Amino acid sequence: MKAKIRKIATFVEETRREMDREISPPTRKAAAVAVIENPCAGKYVEDLSELMAIGEELGDLLTSRAVAALGISGPSAESYGKAAAVGENGELEHAAAILHPKLGTPVRQVLGKGAALIPSSKKRGGMGVVLDIPLGHKDAAFVRSHFDGMEVRLNDAPRANEIMVAVAVTDSGRPLPRVGGLTKDQIKGEDGLR
Amino acid sequence: MPEVIVRKKMTCVEEIFHEGGPVAQRPLRRAAALAVIRNPFAGSYVADIERFSDDLKPLGLEMARALVVALGGDIRSIEGYGKGAIIGSAGEIEHGALWHVPGGYAMREVLGGAKAIVASTKKVGGPGTRLDVPITHINASYVRSHFDSMEVGINDAPRADEILLALIMTTGPRVHARVGGLKASEVKGEDGLR
Repeated sequence: MKAKIRKIATFVEETRREMDREISPPTRKAAAVAVIENPCAGKYVEDLSELMAIGEELGDLLTSRAVAALGISGPSAESYGKAAAVGENGELEHAAAILHPKLGTPVRQVLGKGAALIPSSKKRGGMGVVLDIPLGHKDAAFVRSHFDGMEVRLNDAPRANEIMVAVAVTDSGRPLPRVGGLTKDQIKGEDGLR
Repeated sequence: MPEVIVRKKMTCVEEIFHEGGPVAQRPLRRAAALAVIRNPFAGSYVADIERFSDDLKPLGLEMARALVVALGGDIRSIEGYGKGAIIGSAGEIEHGALWHVPGGYAMREVLGGAKAIVASTKKVGGPGTRLDVPITHINASYVRSHFDSMEVGINDAPRADEILLALIMTTGPRVHARVGGLKASEVKGEDGLR
């Protein structure tokens, strides 16, 4: 493993009621978060390929953890998202190197498909920083019921020389979707949008 | 007495490999099971609340069993535990105290009769309030290597008329424990203290 991982955390949220209405089956989201050493911390590094390779490893590891936490098969996942928080001695571009070039392919391998762009967010911050991971349907970005987000946070990460990397997967959309738009049963799944 | 109405549940698992020192042979794992329930006493002073403790027993057992599963399914691997509650703004701290018996005894029962008192904390707070739940050894409260804590919370809970209930289990000492005191290997396990 190229990534030096200090810790991994998984979070599963299961919503059973919303505004006093029963949600059946409950909506469920899972996030897996790795806290890794930032090999480029504290200096300007031109070539970020080491971080890109780490992103590829974490795409597989974190997606597998999140799917396992939901207890579902990869293809039954409905939406996904990714995010990273860079500690204070790193730069935003380090998060970009992890998230964008290579992380997506293994995510889609674990999930079987994933025609849609994986929504993402990134920031720099200190320990306890909150990551809001955006969520969108994995096969059609315009499915309105699945626009969502999941908040994750670890009180002791990221340290100055660390990066927190998160992948979130769900088996459902929002608890009570009722603002119209494309529904999941209307997905064509060809262009990743509709 | 009122029924227990669960709005959402969350499970968090942390797997800690190191904290700047040698990588652990066996990573420390900590898991938290959280449940957000409606506070049946919110909004007014109710004198007779104690029996709600009995109503919470099935939920306590369900959460304790979920923690064992989240940590691999073998009760012999569980070495530490703790519990806590956050009461929404329309409730009082006493409502959190209702969790002592069902939360604590559920874990001790599921773990096959653990001897030590379950460390706990509680407070009144708004959505997103964080709680540092204390953790101690399951059979001997004085085991110094197992004094630990885990921060928990959910961004949208507890609402004013809710209570967030937490149970925590861990699989071992702090990852770089080295400050002496009673060791887990020296536990007599008779009085729950040493």
